[in-house]
Amino acid sequence: MSHSEDWPLWEVFLRGRRGLSHQHVGSLHAPDPELALQNARDLYTRRGEGVSIWVVRSTEVHASDPDDQGPLFDPPSDKAYRHPTFYKVPEDLQL
Amino acid sequence: MPPTNSDESRDLAFQEAIDADRTVEPRDWMPERYRSTMVRQIAQHAHSEIIGMQPEGNWITRAPSLRRKAILLAKVQDEAGHGLYLYAAAETLGVGRGELTELLITGRQKYSSIFNYPTLTWADVGAIGWLVDGAAITNQLALTKTSYGPYARAMVRICREESFHQRQGFELLAELSRGTRAQHEMAQDAVNRWWWPALMMFGPPDSESPNTAQSMAWKIKRVSNDDLRQRFVDMTVPQSRALGLDLPDSQLRWNEARGHYDFGPIDWEEFRQVVGGHGACNAQRIAVRRAADEGGAWVREAARAWEVRQQSRTSAA
Amino acid sequence: MTAGVAGLSVVDLREVALGLGDDCLVLSHRLAEWTTHAPELEEEMALANLALDLLGQARSLLTLAGEADGRDEDQLAYWRDDRDFRNLLLLEQPNGDFAVTMTRQVLFSTFQELLYRGMAAGTEPRLAAIAAKGVMEARYHVEHARLWVQRLGRGTEESHRRMGQALDLLWPYTQELFKPTESWSRAADQGAVPPLSSIEEPWRHSIESLMVDSGLEIPGFPAWQSGGRLGRHSEHLGHLLAEMQHLHRSHPNASW
Repeated sequence: MSHSEDWPLWEVFLRGRRGLSHQHVGSLHAPDPELALQNARDLYTRRGEGVSIWVVRSTEVHASDPDDQGPLFDPPSDKAYRHPTFYKVPEDLQL
Repeated sequence: MPPTNSDESRDLAFQEAIDADRTVEPRDWMPERYRSTMVRQIAQHAHSEIIGMQPEGNWITRAPSLRRKAILLAKVQDEAGHGLYLYAAAETLGVGRGELTELLITGRQKYSSIFNYPTLTWADVGAIGWLVDGAAITNQLALTKTSYGPYARAMVRICREESFHQRQGFELLAELSRGTRAQHEMAQDAVNRWWWPALMMFGPPDSESPNTAQSMAWKIKRVSNDDLRQRFVDMTVPQSRALGLDLPDSQLRWNEARGHYDFGPIDWEEFRQVVGGHGACNAQRIAVRRAADEGGAWVREAARAWEVRQQSRTSAA
Repeated sequence: MTAGVAGLSVVDLREVALGLGDDCLVLSHRLAEWTTHAPELEEEMALANLALDLLGQARSLLTLAGEADGRDEDQLAYWRDDRDFRNLLLLEQPNGDFAVTMTRQVLFSTFQELLYRGMAAGTEPRLAAIAAKGVMEARYHVEHARLWVQRLGRGTEESHRRMGQALDLLWPYTQELFKPTESWSRAADQGAVPPLSSIEEPWRHSIESLMVDSGLEIPGFPAWQSGGRLGRHSEHLGHLLAEMQHLHRSHPNASW
């Protein structure tokens, strides 16, 4: 009975130090955004791992379907010209 | 999207991906048995972290110095955190934390039997850190390479954080071992009581572990029970000498031919009894967890109700 | 009497540090009692953080208090009886339910944050250093407790009722927060600590506005319980200390 409903799930993103972007570190439960932020601080920055926290309700994350992996992620592999190693330059030149 | 593969070929493709060391992620297709095995194993691991807070938590208010008190409090807090990481990993497979808690407190899911032994003296805190966490780390290091991504990532984080847990236990026992006579005896007594249960933590021998083959094939388990146990014994014997404490096994000796320590037979009947719910603390551990869960229901409910009201206020504005 | 830094006597510095240190030690003990009993695992983490912060502050303050007569933090924590403890009565009260614990926290942490702010700007450098670190922690404790008081105050009928009971239970102990000992008054005259009268008004304002936000009423009856700062405690402290001290005292001269 006590489990009629869990608190909503939140995804936690941490900025490790200034200059870096936020990275996903895990998730937690909280009833609302304010407590989610506090819980994230208590859970994910116990050892000084972060200087800034984002929390996002897990239900707000829209994910690509793994079965679409082909259509979404394959095309770049035949576009080798997007990668610097595609181009031949004189070896003794810094470029 | 129309299914292009029969179940059989999907199973095959799944196994091929595993063989190629491809990590399984939450939204990937997976065999139902892989999913259920994973849920059971992660949940059991999570429950162990949470129930495992109790034997050590038993000594926080009585810790004999403020330094030790801070260390122990931080350690037990870490265990709550590790339980949280693991419940979150299980949730990626579609089971809620509340559901899992329910299964725990109604006895339908298990936790590591080691936590059904009582902590009788302060030295038990040291013995748990040194032996129980030592055994757990041996097991968990192997699990950082487990095939299910969220579980493996939780393990990486947990192993990183737990590196201090075993050390503090070792240091605590070292201090007792070279302390007063009473302290030394306290330490030896704790090691006597925790050594065999720690060896049992790796589970039944491979010959009697029916799930091992499938778990190894799916790379859920990367090293067998007996191999992990041996690894732990080999690592621990020299540490016991450094501590000046004896391990309670007269058959323990180096085997040059094997390149490993031989050790005496484990009392698997005791193991079965404790797993079966007849350990010293089984009922007590579950009762505490249940009381916390039920006692906290009104708090969780109040926070939910508050948020609902906030939402409706925002949308009305 | 020997003059300490900034003209503060050694005895007064000791008394001030002891009172604040005992506050932290006793409340930390109470919060640590929540371990494995919290209403949700995320809150397990939060309560342990509060307990750890306060334990850290207690250790710094007791170390400072023991300097003059060569006693370390453990000698002060484990070898004094309850008549020698100087903590506020509010902090030794049993945890009760989560409503009592969060109410106690907001009443105390709001006080502690204001006090540390003044002390961090004070003339005694070691007290100021401890306060400068502590004020950040206290700020977080206040925020956490305020969030919970609001949610419980306006959550469900049951949580509202429990909050009302908690406030009635603890309110009698709040006047003691602002009753200075003689040492405190002298330390305040030296500019080492803020006069307690200067933080009473902001404290009252902060608590009153929180309770209005939370749909709770501050009790009309007077808050008259006091004595903790002078070593006259409630019955609860003796039991708390018996538990905390017994192992350490069972092995005199042992090191841990």
